[in-house]
Amino acid sequence: MTVSPLTPTDLARIRADFPILARKLHGQPLAYLDSASTSQKPQQMLDAMTSFYSTSNANVHRGVYTLGVESTDAFEAARDAVAALLNAPSRREVIFTRNTTEALNLVAKTYGVQNCGPGDVIVSTVLEHHANLVPWQVLAEQTGATLRFLDIDDEGNLQLDALDAIAREGNVKLVAVTHQSNTLGVRPPVAELVAWAHALGAVVVLDAAQTVPNRPVDVQALDVDFLAFSGHKTLGPTGIGALWGRESLLADLQPFLTGGEMIRSVKLERTSWNSLPWKFEAGTPAFAEAVGLHAAIDYLHAVGLEAIDAHEHAITDYALGRLTEVPGLRIIGPQTAAARGGVVSFVLDDVHPHDVAEILDRHAVCVRAGHHCTQPLIERLGLAATVRASFYLTTTEAEIDRLVDGLLDVRRVMGV
Amino acid sequence: MDDLYRENLMDHYQHPRHHGPMAECDAEAEGQNPLCGDQVVVQVKLTDGTIEEMRFTGHGCAISQAATSMLTELVQGLTIEAAAALPSQAILDELAIPLSAMRVKCAVLGLGTLKLALHRAAGTPLPAEWGDTDEMVWS
Repeated sequence: MTVSPLTPTDLARIRADFPILARKLHGQPLAYLDSASTSQKPQQMLDAMTSFYSTSNANVHRGVYTLGVESTDAFEAARDAVAALLNAPSRREVIFTRNTTEALNLVAKTYGVQNCGPGDVIVSTVLEHHANLVPWQVLAEQTGATLRFLDIDDEGNLQLDALDAIAREGNVKLVAVTHQSNTLGVRPPVAELVAWAHALGAVVVLDAAQTVPNRPVDVQALDVDFLAFSGHKTLGPTGIGALWGRESLLADLQPFLTGGEMIRSVKLERTSWNSLPWKFEAGTPAFAEAVGLHAAIDYLHAVGLEAIDAHEHAITDYALGRLTEVPGLRIIGPQTAAARGGVVSFVLDDVHPHDVAEILDRHAVCVRAGHHCTQPLIERLGLAATVRASFYLTTTEAEIDRLVDGLLDVRRVMGV
Repeated sequence: MDDLYRENLMDHYQHPRHHGPMAECDAEAEGQNPLCGDQVVVQVKLTDGTIEEMRFTGHGCAISQAATSMLTELVQGLTIEAAAALPSQAILDELAIPLSAMRVKCAVLGLGTLKLALHRAAGTPLPAEWGDTDEMVWS
């Protein structure tokens, strides 16, 4: 099914919902092109949190009084919203975390520690964000398992030719891969990796921080075993994210953090754990943030995730075309929109990316410069840093035009 | 001209002073800011306890390279003690532009590397306020 991208009228209506877009910097309207870092927030999400704090705030799963019941209902309704967003078979499989990083650490420090040992192999890729790389390094060190990384070609496409050799090295237990590179926008062949991993009896951990915000993500269709995402990239607040995991796997695991909330009964000698998902949610959870995330998810559904995906594709196609007009600009990663999401990394002659970003800031164009928490990837590409522009449901062609004009000014200022 | 990239700074970036390796030197060190990829190698020629010449090579953003170029002029003829005691503010004054905290690290990379070179030559430790920073890599 082909879904039309957002129309200019849609875009204007959506943009009016984001109060920060009314802000001016250096006398110019904001061109926010850093959604891959964090998304801006619609008024509906901000209102939901304010309303919650103003009317129903009380700790969850404790109070027998009305506020506590309302608060618990709102928190658990947010869990249902996440379960529906991901097409999870069960709400018990949705664990609230602080963010993607914490969700991935949860898997490493529970499933990983409880299932990996010497002779086992953990597989990841050079594309990964540090959040989906460092936990596996630590896990390998802690358990004596071997960690192997799949390489990419020079455009960032994941290479699978090493899989056979890796399978011969030991028992492959876990494959951790990104759904979309936060630096290059490239999308690895997850289906092939899942088929390979499952044939070996391994589980697949998917870092979906870059895809849950902007397209339908269905854990059953993907057939992965764990999936992590962050609320703050998904129009929601900071401090909340989620891990989805197969109930059959989660059920057998020992807890991640321990303390209040995650217990069934505590005696001085021994404690028994709460049932899923609360077994993995120690301490007071970020329930107001969960309410905000729920409103954010409602907002995404109202716009339509297919439409957002189509819009990102169209705007990325437009951006790739316009950026190639800038002399000396080299796009890092796939050269066409077909193979990527709404993230474009580039370098401009030998101008340092920090200089590019700083001069663009003078034009109120917000882009990220640096290694984007993917140091091994940047090194693999033979670079020190890139400039990264990333797009979302509010991004307009006019903002891309201002990026291009800003880059021409960078060339002028830097004398290249 | 844009405030941050005013003429003097760009002149130092595009035409760095005392740039290029020195055949023989009395003090040498390398500094890196791994977060940005900025890198400088500082070499110093000493005569009678003063800096006869400081030279540098490196790559990175305009701020890091221009600041190190300015530093080569600032320390010429200074006693070793005076150069080793030079505060960060000296190079920030030289740049004379507003810098965010992140860019201050770029600005002081050359100065920190010079201090390391001088302390290493004298056999004295790099002062704690420079040695403690975990964002810079000195070698």
